[in-house]
Amino acid sequence: MAEVLVVTSGKGGVGKTTSTAALGAALAQTGQSVVVIDFDVGLRNLDLVMGAERRVVYDLINVVQGDANLNQALIKDKRVDSLSLLPASQTRDKDALTAEGVERVINELKGRFDWIICDSPAGIERGAYFAMRHADLAVIVTNPEVSSVRDSDRIIGLLDSKTEKAERGETIEKLLLLTRYDPVRAERGDMLKVDDVLEILSIPLLGIIPESPEVLKASNLGSPVTLANPVSAPSRAYLDAARRLRGETIEMTVPSEKKRLFGSLFGRRAA
Amino acid sequence: MSVLKFFSRRSSAPAARERLQLLLAHERAVFGRTDLVAQLKDEILAVIAKHIAIDPEKVRITTDTRDTLATLEVDIEIRTPNGGLKLAG
Repeated sequence: MAEVLVVTSGKGGVGKTTSTAALGAALAQTGQSVVVIDFDVGLRNLDLVMGAERRVVYDLINVVQGDANLNQALIKDKRVDSLSLLPASQTRDKDALTAEGVERVINELKGRFDWIICDSPAGIERGAYFAMRHADLAVIVTNPEVSSVRDSDRIIGLLDSKTEKAERGETIEKLLLLTRYDPVRAERGDMLKVDDVLEILSIPLLGIIPESPEVLKASNLGSPVTLANPVSAPSRAYLDAARRLRGETIEMTVPSEKKRLFGSLFGRRAA
Repeated sequence: MSVLKFFSRRSSAPAARERLQLLLAHERAVFGRTDLVAQLKDEILAVIAKHIAIDPEKVRITTDTRDTLATLEVDIEIRTPNGGLKLAG
């Protein structure tokens, strides 16, 4: 049975799209079939982060409105076979999404994939509701910073009231993905610690993604970080998170870059 | 940064933590729990109904927030034989 997962945060710029691409690819790298859907109509970016921007012909709106079918709109990743992308529309307006249309698309995808990962737009408007509506579980991307934590708290409240699961009286599983974490600054007392954020939001932890230049390098190249450099610290954190999503128990650590003197002196290349 | 300042420097994370805890306790009461008012109403009714006959239709519970002050207003009409008394609290 397919799992529908929403990647959400409330606040923009905390790493939803990066995390959607990285988790989607990481799950696909373990052999699961995965589709990532961009719900940010009008401001799509998942295609760009995944390096598929020149392959977009049809999009989610076309499928919702019946102008194209899923086979025409789904873009298969060139690096990992079992990973597909359903892009958002760049030209249309977010009102072009309808509740019935989104439900039909999600149901159809459930028959084809193990994981349906919905990349939510920032904010708490229509697109964000549609992205979370059918979710079985939510990954709440949060930076260790006051405004991000506050917005995550608000989103948790909405997940508990506005999703299909919540309306049926069930609880939607919510997992925290702490991104851009800097253990040195946290230890110095200049950044909220993992435990602070966990205590405030009181949801289980899915993973801690360390702040790293590798994330920007990967997006420059149009590749999920777990594919661009699978041994980098953020990639290892995402790969662990993906395995936790699959039910494995893995010790929670903050991966750090291994210091390779020769590698960094001679192996340096512009990304 | 002077040496003195360096040693007396206080970390900022505890302040972030405290501010968030205060703010969120307040915000959760306002939006977080959409069924909060309904639940309060049921529980308050249950307590009062143990002692006094009340009409569940004539209970009004509202919450309000102004700047830094949040209020909970409970308005209960109590049935009396000659139908007059009303308590507000």
